[in-house]
Amino acid sequence: MKVVLDHLTKKFPSRNKKGDTVTAVSDFCFEVPDGSLIGLLGPSGCGKSTALNLICGLEKPTSGRIFFGDDDVTNLPPENRGVGLVFQNYALYPHLTVRQNILFPLQNLKGKDRLSKAEMLKKADEAAKLVQIEQLMDRKPSEMSGGQQQRVAIARALVKLPRVLLLDEPLSNLDARLRLQTREEIRRIQRDTGITTIFVTHDQEEAMSISDLIVVMKAGVIQQIGKPQEVYDDPANLFVAKFLGTPPINVFEGRVAGGKLFLGEDEVLRITGVDDQAVWVGVRPEGFIPQEAGPLGCSLAGVEVMGRDTSVVSTHPAAESVSIRSIITAEHRIDRDAETVRFALKPNKVFLFRRDSEERIPFEAV
Amino acid sequence: MENKNWKAWLYLLPAIAFLGVFMVYPLADVLVYSFEEGYNSASQTFFGTGLYNYSYVLHDPYFLQAVKNTFILVIITVPVSTGIALLISLGLNSIRQLRELYQTVFFLPYVTNTLAVGLVFMILFKKTPYSDGMVNLLINWFGGESVDFIDGPYWAKMFVMCFYTVWVVMPFKILILTSALASVRQDYYNAAKIDGTSKWRIFTRITLPMISPMIFYLIITGFIGAFKAYSDEVALFGTDLNAAGMNTIVGYVYDMLYGDSGGYPSYASAAALILFAIVFTITVINLLISRKNVHY
Repeated sequence: MKVVLDHLTKKFPSRNKKGDTVTAVSDFCFEVPDGSLIGLLGPSGCGKSTALNLICGLEKPTSGRIFFGDDDVTNLPPENRGVGLVFQNYALYPHLTVRQNILFPLQNLKGKDRLSKAEMLKKADEAAKLVQIEQLMDRKPSEMSGGQQQRVAIARALVKLPRVLLLDEPLSNLDARLRLQTREEIRRIQRDTGITTIFVTHDQEEAMSISDLIVVMKAGVIQQIGKPQEVYDDPANLFVAKFLGTPPINVFEGRVAGGKLFLGEDEVLRITGVDDQAVWVGVRPEGFIPQEAGPLGCSLAGVEVMGRDTSVVSTHPAAESVSIRSIITAEHRIDRDAETVRFALKPNKVFLFRRDSEERIPFEAV
Repeated sequence: MENKNWKAWLYLLPAIAFLGVFMVYPLADVLVYSFEEGYNSASQTFFGTGLYNYSYVLHDPYFLQAVKNTFILVIITVPVSTGIALLISLGLNSIRQLRELYQTVFFLPYVTNTLAVGLVFMILFKKTPYSDGMVNLLINWFGGESVDFIDGPYWAKMFVMCFYTVWVVMPFKILILTSALASVRQDYYNAAKIDGTSKWRIFTRITLPMISPMIFYLIITGFIGAFKAYSDEVALFGTDLNAAGMNTIVGYVYDMLYGDSGGYPSYASAAALILFAIVFTITVINLLISRKNVHY
């Protein structure tokens, strides 16, 4: 089932008495292809949960329309949309066992949709099997770990075979190790069922690792939509570039003058296609190549060896942040005691952004 | 560890001393008196031990009347007051506007003086040479005959007593239940909504179990409180409750000690212990039932 959001907008009345409104979701337009896994990504308070609530029907949009396939579901109440929602804190009914929790949505069905008891139990068992909790069916939620509760929540959302599965920060309550495991699990379950899935997260790594498409949001506005790698390699603006990637991108104050790109006083690249102007320059951590005669001279602050590669922490007067972090492969040796380190830059890891609008400026390296 | 223990005991000492002198000792004393026949508190004498006090109390028609009254009161007021309080709390919980105003209004009886409340009930129910009371005016208006609620038939008096009790105990229950309802996380309701749960099912399968510990607490304290009813009856029917036929068990105990027929601490002790046995049994039954139906 493909999901189409058409100029979707949600405004909330503001707390103050002036009648101002807060726009949580602003003019959303995008299409979620059938059977894909989409990550809605953005910092806290950017409206991603509101977007999810609009899709599942817990909130009514101020304007715009929502389509599931060809059905306009904008005015349908949540129960008639055929969505399954997994809550951030799971919202498992604490007084019911796992089996009763999973059965709950089925027992709500009325009339011809209502299944016999045996069929319900069979469906619940299937859902439990899918998320591998068959052996926990008689436990109460409080008797399970966070990861197990998460699975129960997914099983409960899946048991009525929703047209669209929605997950709100599905991994945020899990510890780091479980998070890795569970995100792969979600990917597997999504592949197995083929249900169109939209999940919300503030963790870019999580979104990048399992999504078919990611939607990067900021303050209610979509910044960029694309495949994770494409968005990473080709960010639309400084916000997206900063938001994706660990360690984060290094941002410098730079300028373009006469076909040359300067970071502070260092001339780092020769480029074409850009008028002379002051710019923001983003350099991905992996875009640095240590070179004895490299154009970018930094003061070395520390070297962290991580086995596979090395993380070099240094400072540069033009850098926006206190330190710049670069990841270099282990074959390059860095003298820890040196005062300075010099880098050449990989042109495809360097992005230019406008100073005012922070929009990306395309360029070609010469 | 050893030498720190005495400190702990020292801290506990004031409470233990007070409880010992004013709670444990009198309770033990009551137990002793209840087996001592004809104990006289002035001369500290008695003329025999045995179960005679219990036998006397259990054969006393006034006591049996008191037990009957108390049981009727408990059985009617506890479920009715808890049920209505739950309905009102649900209502309060689902409105936004004027919620605080209503909450205050519903809570007023709790802070109102018992005697003032008694006065209001007089105006509502009491027959005077000048008026038959507000309720009778209403009954007359609908074409019914006046009923003497204070000195009239048993059922009328019982009705006033239950009505009064329900009204007096309600505010506290509403207070507790409104906060219990407010503490149920919205997520559960959202989850139920997405799954298309009907309102009734949300109430019975989600709301009720979630607030069940509070309901249980109210039922237990309600039972105990209703079994100990006395002062409200005095406010309504005066001090001679036996004559009015509206005595309660606690009222009987009081009468045996200080009433016109007073001066019988042995009978009073026996009656008090019978009351204790009843309350204890009911509470144990409540606890057993709650094991199955209360979800913490």
